[in-house]
Amino acid sequence: MEFAELIKTPRVDNVVLHRPFYPAVEGTLCLTGHHLILSSRQDNTEELWLLHSNIDAIDKRFVGSLGTIIIKCKDFRIIQLDIPGMEECLNIASSIEALSTLDSITLMYPFFYRPMFEVIEDGWHSFLPEQEFKLYSSATSQWRLSYVNKEFAVCPTYPPIVIVPESIDDETLRKVATFRHGGRFPVLSYYHQKSKRVIMRSGQPLTGTNGRRCKEDEKLINATLRAGSRGYIIDTRSLNVAQQARAKGGGFEQEAHYPQWRRIHKSIERYHILQESLIKLVEACNDQTHNMDRWLSKLEASNWLTHIKEILTAACLVAQCIDREEASVLIHGTEGTDSTLQVTSLAQIILEPRSRTIRGFEALIEREWLQAGHPFQQRCAQSAYCNTKQKWEAPVFLLFLDCVWQILRQFPCSFEFNENFLIMLFEHAYASQFGTFLGNSESERCKLKLQQKTMSLWSWVNQPSKLSKYTNPLFEANNLVIWPSVAPQSLLLWEGI
Amino acid sequence: MEHIRTTKVEQVKLLDRFATNNKSLTGTLYLTATHLLFIDSLQKETWILHHHIASVEKLALTTSGCPLVIQCKNFRIVHFIVPRERDCHDIYNSLLQLSKQAKYEDLYAFSYNPKQNDSERLQGWQLIDLAEEYKRMGVPNSHWELSDANQEYKICETYPRELYVPWTAKKTVIVGSSKFRSKGRFPVLSYYHQDKKAAICRCSQPLSGFSARCMEDERLLEAISKANPVNCYMYVVDTRPKLNAMANRAAGKGYENEDNYSSIRFQFVGIENIHVMRSSLQKLLEVNGTKGLSVNDFYSGLESSGWLRHIKAVMDAAIFLARAIMVENASVLVHCSDGWDRTSQVCSLGSLLLDSYYRTIRGFMVLIEKDWISFGHKFSERCGHLDGDPKEVSPVFTQFLECVWHLTEQFPQAFEFNEAFLLQIHEHIHSCQFGNFLGNCQKEREELKLKEKTYSLWPFLLEDQKKYLNPLYSSKSHRFIVLEPNTVSFNFKFWRNMYHQFDQTLHPRQSVFNIIMNMNEQNKQLEKDIKDLESKIKQRKNKQTDDILTKELLHSVHPESPTLKTSLCFKEQTRLPVNDSLRTIEGSSPADNRYSEYAEEFSKSEPAVVSLEYGVARMTC
Repeated sequence: MEFAELIKTPRVDNVVLHRPFYPAVEGTLCLTGHHLILSSRQDNTEELWLLHSNIDAIDKRFVGSLGTIIIKCKDFRIIQLDIPGMEECLNIASSIEALSTLDSITLMYPFFYRPMFEVIEDGWHSFLPEQEFKLYSSATSQWRLSYVNKEFAVCPTYPPIVIVPESIDDETLRKVATFRHGGRFPVLSYYHQKSKRVIMRSGQPLTGTNGRRCKEDEKLINATLRAGSRGYIIDTRSLNVAQQARAKGGGFEQEAHYPQWRRIHKSIERYHILQESLIKLVEACNDQTHNMDRWLSKLEASNWLTHIKEILTAACLVAQCIDREEASVLIHGTEGTDSTLQVTSLAQIILEPRSRTIRGFEALIEREWLQAGHPFQQRCAQSAYCNTKQKWEAPVFLLFLDCVWQILRQFPCSFEFNENFLIMLFEHAYASQFGTFLGNSESERCKLKLQQKTMSLWSWVNQPSKLSKYTNPLFEANNLVIWPSVAPQSLLLWEGI
Repeated sequence: MEHIRTTKVEQVKLLDRFATNNKSLTGTLYLTATHLLFIDSLQKETWILHHHIASVEKLALTTSGCPLVIQCKNFRIVHFIVPRERDCHDIYNSLLQLSKQAKYEDLYAFSYNPKQNDSERLQGWQLIDLAEEYKRMGVPNSHWELSDANQEYKICETYPRELYVPWTAKKTVIVGSSKFRSKGRFPVLSYYHQDKKAAICRCSQPLSGFSARCMEDERLLEAISKANPVNCYMYVVDTRPKLNAMANRAAGKGYENEDNYSSIRFQFVGIENIHVMRSSLQKLLEVNGTKGLSVNDFYSGLESSGWLRHIKAVMDAAIFLARAIMVENASVLVHCSDGWDRTSQVCSLGSLLLDSYYRTIRGFMVLIEKDWISFGHKFSERCGHLDGDPKEVSPVFTQFLECVWHLTEQFPQAFEFNEAFLLQIHEHIHSCQFGNFLGNCQKEREELKLKEKTYSLWPFLLEDQKKYLNPLYSSKSHRFIVLEPNTVSFNFKFWRNMYHQFDQTLHPRQSVFNIIMNMNEQNKQLEKDIKDLESKIKQRKNKQTDDILTKELLHSVHPESPTLKTSLCFKEQTRLPVNDSLRTIEGSSPADNRYSEYAEEFSKSEPAVVSLEYGVARMTC
């Protein structure tokens, strides 16, 4: 077992643990392959179990022979361990460092985790695309399931089964895939029963500088419109950025080729800008100087709430198109795996009462994030404390959860779940004993055989005993479309995180 | 009435303050002797009291009419468009006259008549009795006594008649000390902590200049510290920034020299003066009034206004007070310049942290009566009740309310009252509808004969108590549960419900508070039903015992009653959602919100009526 090689000192006595808002605890520190355990022994009440994969960064400090390790977690916790003995401390620190940065996914804890509870319902089979489609097929016959991506050949980041217009055959889909970034051809994201309009999502069209066009692509998206009606294309980039993308072979839909569609640019930031924003925000929150002006200017400089506002605004615009304008919408950014998903899923929360229930929200995450190919592995590998910045790090999913929380704050009785549920999802997205958020797409998950080798988060959450903790006591099913306010005065900082 | 030239103007438009597409409501504007009334086409009424008007502004003429912007002291801002300039001018002039009265006798309180007779009115004024309150605190006792020195307002005009001082302090000491203090406001008791035997005292700054000293003042302070049997030193808290206090020395005022007083520890806490506070609020409101405000502008505006920094400074000072008493068992003497603004803030907040009585509805009224009204916070000048010096206006009391609100946010279970109570009090310090907040000190109030000519606010608030109850309140039996608020910066939030209380679109659409209140009401009703049913069962039982023939029936009734009870309890839970009457969900119209820059584009294809249809969507819950 190679974990044993990495653990230089498995056990140290007389370690003192400091956590903010808790009294200090003295006990024995143990390192295992996946956990850091601190137990006070006398009364077995105080035990700390920390997954190595939750560790974002560590700092070492020495005062005489007393070593101090400060562990910064991905869920923004900071804990401090005082370890007697220089050598032990160094050993522990390097072991933690090695264990928290394992390269191979198959060495991660989910592959070793054996559930201590009886599985009533296997979460891997809770939200199958066929079942989801059944909900739509009773209402409309305009759409069909396509198995064109069965071997992940057409689009590596799509699931094997996608929903496409009835009138479009698989051959056309293959052609369209070559015209869209990452092969992400337009697929159905949401069908609004009341207005009979749809939200679709895709990757950017590969028009390039010479304005390539693709007849099949035009045919596909026009097939979703009724005669004479118009639709909206929402590009989550600013016009400038979209124009620059043409130089790299990307681009946007030309009005001339898509006369029935009106294009709107709604700029949502991505990648490292979001990551920096999060880093600044967390830094501001951890600033203990109690200085009001500094806090406000730091909060402002982090731009976090600006991003929240941008995303919510775009989602509200989509919901407005669907519900008020009765027009279909196609949403894409560059790849269609980040801001696109934020907008489509939030629009559904605004429009669809089902997605405000616990099961509906789980289905939404399964469909719009996991199966739609949001690269969780890349985006959530590091959090706010890590120094080594990777280009693809971004708290995209966290921003989405924050937006949901903002809506929850404004409509506290319309959601079946509470704040704890959102926090739980955030924690599991970054470090978990379950396999749900491993991998970057369905194809990777298939290769890793996650379904056979790991547990699904949903199997655990959907036990009645667990659910009670996440249920909102004030929930009353509300069948209306909810319209949140996006004024800055209405947006708050999420304290739970 | 002589100021009103036009009483009614039709076809007036009321603009939405934040809408980007110039959405407006059309209606009729009425001008009465006390109110400005706007009734829109949906028969919704907007009442604005003349005394609430802070400023009226006539903007340049536009094609649709003459715009009139009215800013109110309760942070309502309305923007009318009057079709004819003449009407606009008349209303403008009338409002200017009506909103600024020169004499107390012209204020609304002197004409307001809530249909109470004289004895009811008197009872209302006697509702809050400060002598009773000092008794509750445990004074007079062996260390503190009631002094009659100011019985005729001879020593200090701005203090109340009844003052509590250490019993060792003789009248000569008091008179001597008052001559050494600004405006004669010598150190007196504000709050006595019975458990710790420590006191919060208040005064104004000493007239020490660079070197002056006063033996009587020194002896009075010594007497205060001696009145505390546990701890021999006391804190003297100067709530001003050190620089301001030093500058005052040049004018013959200043602060205590630690060398001259035997057992004091001196401390500055740095709360800014009324002028800084006034302009800070001004800036805050300017930022919030901006159309299409971005998140960054909002936060940089919030920062540069410094408002939350000032709130935090007040809070920190109050926490210092509470700690000194709880942790060190030391008495505290608080002063600022004149001892009626910052001192009132800090003393009252400190007491609020220390004593849970002040966190009840009645206790909060007592606190305001004691530390604000009786000790001469200049309500009329600070709120601009009369046409006076605009430099005297300052939101000192508003800040106090905001501090209390922050505490209610941090300790949701500790307060008997809710946010609506604070907002209502804020409304009435400016409304001049009741006599409580008129005048600048007790002497002035007696001269105005307020108790005979006006009504007290408190009985009216108590009557509506239901509205102001905090459903989460848990009353602990122990009196001295100290609140220890966390003053990390991110705990200080912008108080949207105060500064945007009339901007409906900015608020959450569903209120947990109201729902819990409704549930409580329903539970009470159901409990009453249970009792009624039980008593009916009992009645029947009694009848049946009389009647021997139906004895068998009795047996069937009796064992049933517990099951009946449980089924009712069960019903309680299941019926709740069903029972609730029709409720409107606000904000079901997207046009209310500000995200649609494309709203105009969209509304071209649709008639404007559509949004109205959706505006009041009803649902059963």
